Amino acid sequence: MKLAEFTTAASDYAAHVDALFALLSVISAVVVVVIAGLISFFMIRYHKGSRAPRGETPERSSREIEIGWTAATFFTFLFLFWWAASDQLAALATPKDALEIHVVAKQWMWRIQHPSGAREIDELHVPAHTNVRLIMTSQDVIHDLYLPALRLKQDILPDRYTYLSFNAIRTGVFHLTCAEFCGTDHSVMAGRLVVMTPEDYSRWNAAQPEGDDLAHQGETLFRSLGCSGCHTPGSTVHAPDLGGIYGSAVQLADGRTITADEAYLRDCILLPDKNRVAGFPPLMPNFSGFVSPGQVISLVAYIKSLSRQSADPGPGASP
Amino acid sequence: MSGRTMLGKLTWSAIPFDQPIPLLAGAVVLVVILAVLVWVVVAGHLPDLWREWITSVDHKRIGVMYTLLACVMLLRGFSDAIMMRAQQAVAFHSNGFLPPEHYNQIFSAHGTIMIFFVAMPFVIGLMNLVVPLQLGVRDVAFPTLNSVGFWLTATGALLVNISLVIGEFARTGWLPYPPLSELTYSPGVGVDYYLWSLEISGVGTLVAGINLVTTVLKIRTKGMSYMRMPMFCWTTLASNLLIIAAFPILTATLAMLILDRYLGFHFFTNDGGGNVMMFMNLIWAWGHPEVYILVLPAFGIYSEVVSTFSGKPLFGYRSMVLATMAICVISFMVWLHHFFTMGAGPDVNAIFGIASMIIAVPTGVKIYNWLFTMFAGRIRFSTPMMWSIGFMVTFIIGGLTGVLVAVPPADFLLHNSLFLVAHFHNVIIGGVLFGAFAGYTYWFPKAFGFRLHEGWGIASFWFWLIGFYVAFMPLYAVGFLGMTRRMQHFDVAEWRPWLAIASIGAGLVLVGILCQIAQLVVSIRRRAELRDVTGDPWDGRSLEWATASPPPVFNFAILPDVTGEDAYWAMKRRARDEGEHEPAYGPIDMPRNSPTGFVCAFFATVMGFALIWHIWWMVGLGLLGAFATFVVFAWRDHDEYEIPADEVARLDRANLQARRNLVTAAGSI
Repeated sequence: MKLAEFTTAASDYAAHVDALFALLSVISAVVVVVIAGLISFFMIRYHKGSRAPRGETPERSSREIEIGWTAATFFTFLFLFWWAASDQLAALATPKDALEIHVVAKQWMWRIQHPSGAREIDELHVPAHTNVRLIMTSQDVIHDLYLPALRLKQDILPDRYTYLSFNAIRTGVFHLTCAEFCGTDHSVMAGRLVVMTPEDYSRWNAAQPEGDDLAHQGETLFRSLGCSGCHTPGSTVHAPDLGGIYGSAVQLADGRTITADEAYLRDCILLPDKNRVAGFPPLMPNFSGFVSPGQVISLVAYIKSLSRQSADPGPGASP
Repeated sequence: MSGRTMLGKLTWSAIPFDQPIPLLAGAVVLVVILAVLVWVVVAGHLPDLWREWITSVDHKRIGVMYTLLACVMLLRGFSDAIMMRAQQAVAFHSNGFLPPEHYNQIFSAHGTIMIFFVAMPFVIGLMNLVVPLQLGVRDVAFPTLNSVGFWLTATGALLVNISLVIGEFARTGWLPYPPLSELTYSPGVGVDYYLWSLEISGVGTLVAGINLVTTVLKIRTKGMSYMRMPMFCWTTLASNLLIIAAFPILTATLAMLILDRYLGFHFFTNDGGGNVMMFMNLIWAWGHPEVYILVLPAFGIYSEVVSTFSGKPLFGYRSMVLATMAICVISFMVWLHHFFTMGAGPDVNAIFGIASMIIAVPTGVKIYNWLFTMFAGRIRFSTPMMWSIGFMVTFIIGGLTGVLVAVPPADFLLHNSLFLVAHFHNVIIGGVLFGAFAGYTYWFPKAFGFRLHEGWGIASFWFWLIGFYVAFMPLYAVGFLGMTRRMQHFDVAEWRPWLAIASIGAGLVLVGILCQIAQLVVSIRRRAELRDVTGDPWDGRSLEWATASPPPVFNFAILPDVTGEDAYWAMKRRARDEGEHEPAYGPIDMPRNSPTGFVCAFFATVMGFALIWHIWWMVGLGLLGAFATFVVFAWRDHDEYEIPADEVARLDRANLQARRNLVTAAGSI
């Protein structure tokens, strides 16, 4: 493996982080040199038997010195933090219209699912100059996706979604690896991040074995698992209508209001009693153990696609 | 069949006959232990060992035993370190000499041992030895409890080491994040060894904390107000307050994991509503204060050493006290910076990042104070001072790389990389361990009555210091170049030279450790010429130097009367001005020795081992035995004995005469 697969800065954000790191390092080096210099100077000048004059430090001035340097240190650190972090917080904000790619980590491999339905293992193909949002979950223990060329790391947790957004600008093959110790073969849980031009990405996508896209796979599951029996308008069983639910605010039975994001939809399938919707009886069966994380991803993708369909007409979309 | 049920999960297959390294290491250790035992018995030291050490409730003896435990465990933990560095030095495109199952146990054991059974007992040992002397009192608040605390810590260390030859140790890292540490993914006994040894030693640490806090708050000599206490007493107070607040979190968290593993609870499991992030939060709510539990006492040691060897009072004593207590509080508000990458969101990360910046301020202030204590002083470069100067430079580097990883965007690059590994070794070796070594050389003459050999001490300092830089600076570099921690092998050619250099650094540290062993041996052989007759070998400033070396069991014949900071310095001046007059000696009551701690720890070991292997009858036996021990202790009638006034006077006069002789000798030159 080549070092460049780690060290190349493949996004603007990565170049930013490099600059930040370099600057912080320089500041740190200056502080180290100043203090180490002072220590050495005092060691030499004031060693026992040296003839340097030793007046007492007056009480008053020593207090002023102390207050002075405490305040100076305090404001230096706060400034450093503000300067280093505020710039970056904006960069980490979730972009709109991102290409959403699903990542399922398990001991000791990466499973990737593209919105088109293309699947790959231990390889992540992404288009350059495109906002990409990884939606990640783990099938077993805690993992952590580390994309060195993008200077990004994000834990991947079982039973939960975590996200990673980036916009790569440099095409090429880079490294990806697990950064959270996850058991015996942790060291081999690695793969490749392939950044391609958008055209190449479309071509690559088209060349993948034919398969339904995620939403269609989800729709098939929605029927075969029997979800459609209750969750269709006009069904005899009283269950929430799923059209337009994604992204909307949901009133829960315990009084909370929650935004229906991927994590919420996933919890509804696997832990239905956790966030019960107000006005509905607790009839939803628990699907944990019956559906794989990959199937949950498909189901959630399908429910999300319902929102897009129902949001388009405007009137008729549920609040 | 019945044999198997009698011994729970324990069978012959638990002994790793197929792995030569642990088996050989275990055999060597066993032979050494047996040889020592045989020597003790044959030479007739056994009654002495029992009476003077094992059952002793004297804070000085217990302090020495804690420190000894730490030094022995340092050898174990360092052997793991050498193996890890060697493995990574050769594991380019190859499996090296350690398969992953074994390598994973080694780094888990290394972290666990170094934190819980080296750093902790080292600082607790020094606090035990020194704090009652500095406060000018006869013992800690609860002497027997003190002994119980020590022996329970030793139980934990013993269990971890038993795992080397019976069964296995955890393969989960030193903090066993579930679900990896749950039964599903770690079915072996390794995690159980980890859990029970830390549960048992955690109780020991907690009672040590309670004991020391009570001692500092309630047992001080006349005139020793809070603002006259030596800095080391302040940092002891802060550190033990943190122990009391933080260790129950650890105990409870591990207990939850135990319930998950033993009784099918689901605090941290994937199903049944468990929450894996809760473990991370809880363990670091203990883990970050733990950093300061370790480093604050070290800060106290540096304060004493720098002030003594500069011949000046500590600069900015009040701000130092303030900084210490500020750290004590803020250390509970920064835990999340250990997992910025968990996904709590930018706002939460920013809050914890800012708190982490703020806690760097009092630490920085301390550095300035030491620096200005040296200013216009008369600096002597004895070994303890060398460790302190080495610390100051090294710790600034560690502190600043800490500030670097406290900035979330930088942390996303550096988290869980070898850069992080380099950072925390930078602060723990450069901060805690150098401090422990400074304290060890500084107070050794107080404990044993003779100084450590200076030449070997300086040699070991330089090997440690240079070895540290050679071992860890390359890890900063290779971490920045993308290498994550806990890699059993790797295939990037450019990382290789860095890892090779790092392994050379580990070799240099090994030489440093050998120098320390040589220093101890040489010092014991030449103890006559290194003898500290006066009890004040360094021209000290605080009360521990006002008594003989080693101090009599009652520490002070007459409890000193304190009138200001640097109490002993003031006493020395007064004695010069006013001359001395003999005090009126009286009889002294001291606590009687008690085997409670040792017997209780014996049963705790039996119970812990049985719990690990599911030998339920033995669990009952251990529990019953430990309980019975306390019942017996609670019913004893005579818990003190009296030292007659004549004996007190005889011991004290001898010490005073030695001091007078030295003053006269110095005067005649």
